[in-house]
Amino acid sequence: MTGLSLRDVGAAYRGRTVLTGVSTTVAPGGWLAVIGPNGAGKSTLLKAVAGLIAHNGSVLLDGTELTTLPPRRRARAIAYAPQNPLLPPGLTVTDYALLGRTPHLRPLGREGAADLSVVAGVLQRLDLGGLAERSLSTLSGGEAQRAVLARALAQQSDVVLLDEPTTGLDVGHAQALLELVDRLRTEDGVTVLTTLHDLTLAGQYAGSLLLLDDGHPVAQGPPGEVLTDETVERHYHAHVTVLGTGGATAVLPVRRDAQPPERGGRDAGVPPSPSDVSETDSPPARSDSPSGGEPASAAGSSRPRRASSR
Amino acid sequence: MSVATTAPLPLRPTRLGVVRVAGAAVLLVAAVVAGVLVGAADLGPARVLGEVVAQLSGGVSPLTSQEAAILWQIRVPRVVLAALVGAALAASGAAFQSVFRNPLADPYLLGAAAGAGLGATLVVVAAPSVTGWLIGPLPLAAFAGALGGVALAWLLGRSAGPGTASLVLAGVAVSAFLTAIQTFVQQANTETFREVYSFILGSLATAGWGEVLVLLPYVTVAALVLVACARLLDVLAVGDEEAAALGIRPGRVRLLLVLAASLATAAAVAVSGLIGFVGIVVPHLVRLLVAGSYRVVLPLSLLGGAAFLVGADILARTVLAPAELPIGVVTAFTGAPFFALVLRTTRGGAP
Repeated sequence: MTGLSLRDVGAAYRGRTVLTGVSTTVAPGGWLAVIGPNGAGKSTLLKAVAGLIAHNGSVLLDGTELTTLPPRRRARAIAYAPQNPLLPPGLTVTDYALLGRTPHLRPLGREGAADLSVVAGVLQRLDLGGLAERSLSTLSGGEAQRAVLARALAQQSDVVLLDEPTTGLDVGHAQALLELVDRLRTEDGVTVLTTLHDLTLAGQYAGSLLLLDDGHPVAQGPPGEVLTDETVERHYHAHVTVLGTGGATAVLPVRRDAQPPERGGRDAGVPPSPSDVSETDSPPARSDSPSGGEPASAAGSSRPRRASSR
Repeated sequence: MSVATTAPLPLRPTRLGVVRVAGAAVLLVAAVVAGVLVGAADLGPARVLGEVVAQLSGGVSPLTSQEAAILWQIRVPRVVLAALVGAALAASGAAFQSVFRNPLADPYLLGAAAGAGLGATLVVVAAPSVTGWLIGPLPLAAFAGALGGVALAWLLGRSAGPGTASLVLAGVAVSAFLTAIQTFVQQANTETFREVYSFILGSLATAGWGEVLVLLPYVTVAALVLVACARLLDVLAVGDEEAAALGIRPGRVRLLLVLAASLATAAAVAVSGLIGFVGIVVPHLVRLLVAGSYRVVLPLSLLGGAAFLVGADILARTVLAPAELPIGVVTAFTGAPFFALVLRTTRGGAP
C-alpha cells in the first residue's frame, strides 16, 4: 500500500486517553487536513504520526511501520513543523534551514555540497533567497512561517506534517503559504497532513478532511461532505452558515443574534454579501433583551470569541 | 511567491572560518604574553624574553635562578591555569545556554557551585591539612561536591518529567538546599569564614603545574566533545520536539553535553574556586559580536574565555599588589560594564 496509512491510532496523556481510533489513508501527493475544536486531539494526532509521543495503533508509510524505524530513518520519511516553533534568534535563515539536513548527515557530521544545494533550492523555491542571511529574530510572521517550512522541506521527506501552519498569518499570507504547500504537493508529490483552525481554508485547500471531537474521529471525507452546518454546529458549538460556490466551500460564522442571512445552501450561486453576516462591522439593530439564552461566545471558527463587545 | 528558475542561490551558512579563529587566537596569545610579563616581582619584560630565548637556545639567562623559578613555577603555570579555567567555564556556559534554552544559564545552573561550596566548607571545617598529594582534599571535595550537586539536580529533574524546565527548577532546589547546609556548617564554625570565603570568590593564587595537570584532561575532553557537538547544540536550540523530529534523541544528547560540561566545570571549580560571570558573559559577547550559531559560539568561547580569564587574573594580582583581589571580583567588575556596553551598541542576538 502506498501513501500514509493510519490504523486505529490512539494516544494517552498522563493516563487519560486523548485520542482514539483514528484510521485514515492519504495517497501520495494527497492533502488531509485534521480539523476539530480546541482540545480535540489534532496536534496530538500529528505528534503521534511524527513519532514524537507514545501511541498505539500503527502508522504506515508505503507499507512500512514508522514507529519501529530508528529516529534518523523516520526523520527522512516524515518532516514535522509544530504550531509554535522555537526560532533561535541568533541563527540565520540559512543556518536554520540547514538544520533540516540533520537526518541525512552522519552523527556529528557536517553538511556537504549536496546538502547546501538542497537548501539553496528550497530557499529559492520559498522565495527566501533575499532573506537567506537574515537573523530569524528579524523576520515577520509570514517570513518566519516560510522559514519553518523551508527547514521541514530541507528534510526531503515524503510526508510533511504541518501543525497550524497559518497561525498568526493574515488572510493573504495564509493563502500564499497554503498555495505554496499545494504546489509542493502537486509538483513534487509530497504527502501533506495539516491541522487547520480555519475551516474555509481547510475546505478549499485540503483534498479531504478528518474531523476530530474529544479525541474521536467523527467525520471524514471530502470537504463538501464534512463541512455541513449541522456537523460544524454540533462539534464546534458554533453558529455558522456553510456556503458552497462552484466547488469552493466557505464556513461563515454568524452572530447568534443576527438576522438569519439568506440561506443559499451548498450550491447556491451567490453568497450573501459580507455585510449581512459580518460579525462586527455592521451590527444589526439589537433589541434590549439578548436573543435566545445562548451564551454569546464560540461564534468564531474555533477560537471562542465574544459576539458583542461594544 | 514565484518559483524562480535562475541560477542556484549562493548559500553562505555561518561558519567558524580561519579569520575568526585567528582573531581569537591573537587575543589569547596577547593575554598570555601579558600575563607572563606582568607580576608582583618586577622581572622586566626584556629579561623575561631573554630567559625564554635562553631556554629555547640553551644560552645564558639574564634571570637569577630564583627569578627563573618565579617565572616557571609560579607565573607561567598560573597563566596556563587561568586559560584552562576560563576556556572550561565559557564553553560549559555556552553549552548550558543551548541545552536549557536559557540565556541566563551558566555552568553552575544545576547545583555545581552549591555542591562545590559545601564540599569545600566541609573540608575546611573537618579535614586536617594534608601534604604530599598531587591534589589536596579541598579540591577533591569541591570536585565531588560539584558533580554531586549536578547529579542530584539531574535525578530530581528527570523524576519530575521530561524537558528542560523541570531540570532548571531542580537545579534551583538543589542549589538552595546545599547552600543552606553549607551556610549552617559555616556559621557553626565561624573561624573558617576567611578560608571558605576565599574559595567562594575564586582564586588562582595557589596555582602550580600540579593543578594544570589535574585540570588539563577534563578540559581537553570536554572541549573535544562540545566542539564536536556544536551542530547538535544548534539543533537542540529549536526545541526537543523538533530536534526529535529531525532524528536526534534530545534526552541523550543533553545528558552527554551536561556530563561533559559538568566534568570540566567541576574540575575548574576544584582548582580555582567559584569564578562567576565568565560562563555567561563570554558566550554572549561572542554571540553579540560575531554570530549566534554554536558552531561559532562554542570554539570562540573556548578561546575567548581563556583570554578573558588570563586578563582578569593579571588585574587580580597587580591592582592591589602585593595583595590579591579575588578573581571573581575582577571578572564581574570588568566584565559587567564591557558587557553592558556591547549590549547597548549591538542589536540583540542573545538567545
